[in-house]
Amino acid sequence: MNGAKIRQHIAFSVLGVLTLLIVVPIMLVILYIVINGAGAISWEFLTAAPRNGMKAGGILPAIVGTVLLVIGTMLFSLPLGVLSAIYLVEYASDDLFTRMIKLSVVNLSGIPSIVYGLFGFTLFVLLLHLGTSILAGSLTLAIMSLPVIITASKEALESVPFSYREISLSLGATRWQTVRYCVLPYAIPGVLTGTVLSLSRAAGETAPILFTVAAFYLPRLPRSVFDQVMALPYHLYVISTQVPNIPLELSFATALVLIALVFLMNLVSIILRAHYRKKRLW
Amino acid sequence: MVSEPVIKTVDLNCFFGSLQVLKSVNIAIPHSEILGIIGPANSGKTTFLRALNRLNCLHRTYSQTGRILLDGCDIGKISDNLLRKKIGIIFALPQVLPVSIFGNVAYGPKVHGTTDKATVSRIVEEALKRAYLWEEVKDRLNEPAVQLSGGQQQRLCIARTLAVEPEVILYDEPCSGLDPISTAKVEDAMLKLKASYTQILVTNNTKQASRVSERCAFFLMGELVEIGPTKALFTNPKDKRTDDYITGRFG
Amino acid sequence: MPRKIDESTTPSFARLRRLAADVFVSLRWLWRKTSEPVIEFCIKISGLAVVIFVFLIFLFLLRDSLSLFRHYPLRKFLFSTEWLPISEPPTFGVVPLLLGSVYVTAWAIVICVPLGVGSAMFIAEVAPKPLKHVLKSLVEILASIPSVVLGFLGIIWLGPVLRNTFGVPTGMCGLTGSLLLAFMALPTIISISEDALTGVPKTYREAAFGLGATRWQALWRIILPSASSGILAAVMLGIGRVVGETMVVLMVTGNAPVMPKSILQPLRTLTATIAGEMGETVGGSEHYFALFAVGIVLFAITFSVNFVADLFLRRARK
Repeated sequence: MNGAKIRQHIAFSVLGVLTLLIVVPIMLVILYIVINGAGAISWEFLTAAPRNGMKAGGILPAIVGTVLLVIGTMLFSLPLGVLSAIYLVEYASDDLFTRMIKLSVVNLSGIPSIVYGLFGFTLFVLLLHLGTSILAGSLTLAIMSLPVIITASKEALESVPFSYREISLSLGATRWQTVRYCVLPYAIPGVLTGTVLSLSRAAGETAPILFTVAAFYLPRLPRSVFDQVMALPYHLYVISTQVPNIPLELSFATALVLIALVFLMNLVSIILRAHYRKKRLW
Repeated sequence: MVSEPVIKTVDLNCFFGSLQVLKSVNIAIPHSEILGIIGPANSGKTTFLRALNRLNCLHRTYSQTGRILLDGCDIGKISDNLLRKKIGIIFALPQVLPVSIFGNVAYGPKVHGTTDKATVSRIVEEALKRAYLWEEVKDRLNEPAVQLSGGQQQRLCIARTLAVEPEVILYDEPCSGLDPISTAKVEDAMLKLKASYTQILVTNNTKQASRVSERCAFFLMGELVEIGPTKALFTNPKDKRTDDYITGRFG
Repeated sequence: MPRKIDESTTPSFARLRRLAADVFVSLRWLWRKTSEPVIEFCIKISGLAVVIFVFLIFLFLLRDSLSLFRHYPLRKFLFSTEWLPISEPPTFGVVPLLLGSVYVTAWAIVICVPLGVGSAMFIAEVAPKPLKHVLKSLVEILASIPSVVLGFLGIIWLGPVLRNTFGVPTGMCGLTGSLLLAFMALPTIISISEDALTGVPKTYREAAFGLGATRWQALWRIILPSASSGILAAVMLGIGRVVGETMVVLMVTGNAPVMPKSILQPLRTLTATIAGEMGETVGGSEHYFALFAVGIVLFAITFSVNFVADLFLRRARK
């Protein structure tokens, strides 16, 4: 074995070790949480309201709150994101305005989550008088989710073969008819995948909901969109940092439920992607 | 009395960016004519065809000067979708939508507002009959169109175009991917459609042009070199370049 | 000669039905004529939405920040080394917070760039296909772990470990934050670097092999340098991610908005300050506006970092 080959072996081993240094902790983290939290997961934990200042009982309101926030985020971000993507792909010409839009999407995706929190607080909670509410929280999370949905939808639309559009237009259909009948139906899988992915991220976010919706101890379920609500990420934050004497098991269990929820949504997105890739018509 | 030509181009020049693809083309096409357009590659034949129904405008760098008249009316004044309803096009490679055979043909009427199921079925059946495809597919209208053979798909494209009741049908080298039998079927359909439609056929195959068309136009490098009755053009061309192309000295 | 049908003798029921049919047809015509322009209008407005949002965010931040500077000198904000919002009179110096962010970010980047680029190289060039898929899935799993969970682990496990290892009074220090942030930024760096590496044209690789190079030599001397724009972009995006992260630093870097002297002591970042102190302010007070001023500094930093990253990415795509 000559010198170059030896060097290659060493180099590749180093790279492998570096990779291992990343991959092993990932698995350890998941295992750590599962092992320490699984014990406290019970039917009561998942379906009952908290009691005794969070030291006993369950986290149902937090689960419900997170689910409601995810639904609200989807209601606002999906239509707007898909329509924006349709504009970028089907209607926009190659001018300054289009470049500005693309630049704004990039910027929006780089804004820190706490800045979204400040913005949501100023605009939705204060200016629009929505108060700290599910509505304000969902709107804030929706703006945060826009870049991911727009990018995923754009890719989905662009992957539909151009011939479909050409056929439709050559038969005398208008641009919107072409989009509606010949493009959009075939882009929906990609759009869905991107949406579920972006929603899974929104479910785990804490900073944007700190001042816009989250409440700590709210044993009853919300009654309207103007109510405050508990949320899993915020809940985990508070019991780790601000509430003394909470049994550690409960904290682990909360973390486990949050991770499980996020992973479940990711899994749905992956399954959707694989399913539609098989059914692809082109 | 000479009747108004269906299509007339006046001093048409087409550009892609700064590249001029068609130079000063003047053509008048009367009703029910089958006009053949022949010429070597890159002579502007396809560009000419697609200028007629404004498909070139889908390209971002396209521009044109001159006028194109449909039934005496400047096509710039007609909205895109109405224009393309009146002037249909069959592409070189059969392109079908990923829906059923019925769905493909019914698409045109659907977007133009025909919603009554019975009417649509009737239109689809008639269109398929006129494209000489009905007998072969009448029992499997709900199957995916992609399962048809190349020749059948191309006739499906013709049926699809017929379903929107055009006045003019454009063909952009429609038989280039087809076997001789399918080609014969397509040419047969073209001849039988002559009575009701004006057709323009762009082809690389001079034999096909002589079989199907009544008049022929020879394009070379963006210029309309010669146009005249097919037989005369092939046996006694007026321009030397036409003669060279037809006899195969280049092409 | 057929007799013309006299309108007045037609039964009124039939006339009514005809009228209803006409109304229906004209309504449908109206809908078809207007619905398309309405929908197209909505689409065009949606295109504008993102631009409006970026602009609004900047505007709102700016407005409330400027309210601070009406009474509080800008020079003091930018250069004072003390952040004492509740003393009398309060001091709002952004330098300790800025330095806190810089320290934490710098250490995080130093840790995660070699790790990230190294594993990107491993995944792109060394790993066989099935392993590649497994690794990429694991990295995606990492990307989806919420930051608050990592912060939780920092408090429960990493903090005490660091405290015992380095013998410092508390594990809630900058290093804990840096380690967790490095972990969090890895998916960004790995996936973009990996894209950059696999995007290098095959011809370069083949040319290198043709000259007798080993896979490592080809990787190190040819592929890595040609992917450098993309990798630089990955690093910048990683920096942007780290600078903008809130929950992890809020939970584990301690709560000391003082000038940091070492990474092993508690400090405060820009993000943690906003998140941690917002709940304690009174709306409209100086403290409240000061937090917005911190927000605008943060916005400016992440904006510039992402802008530069985008330039590099564009260059890499050419």
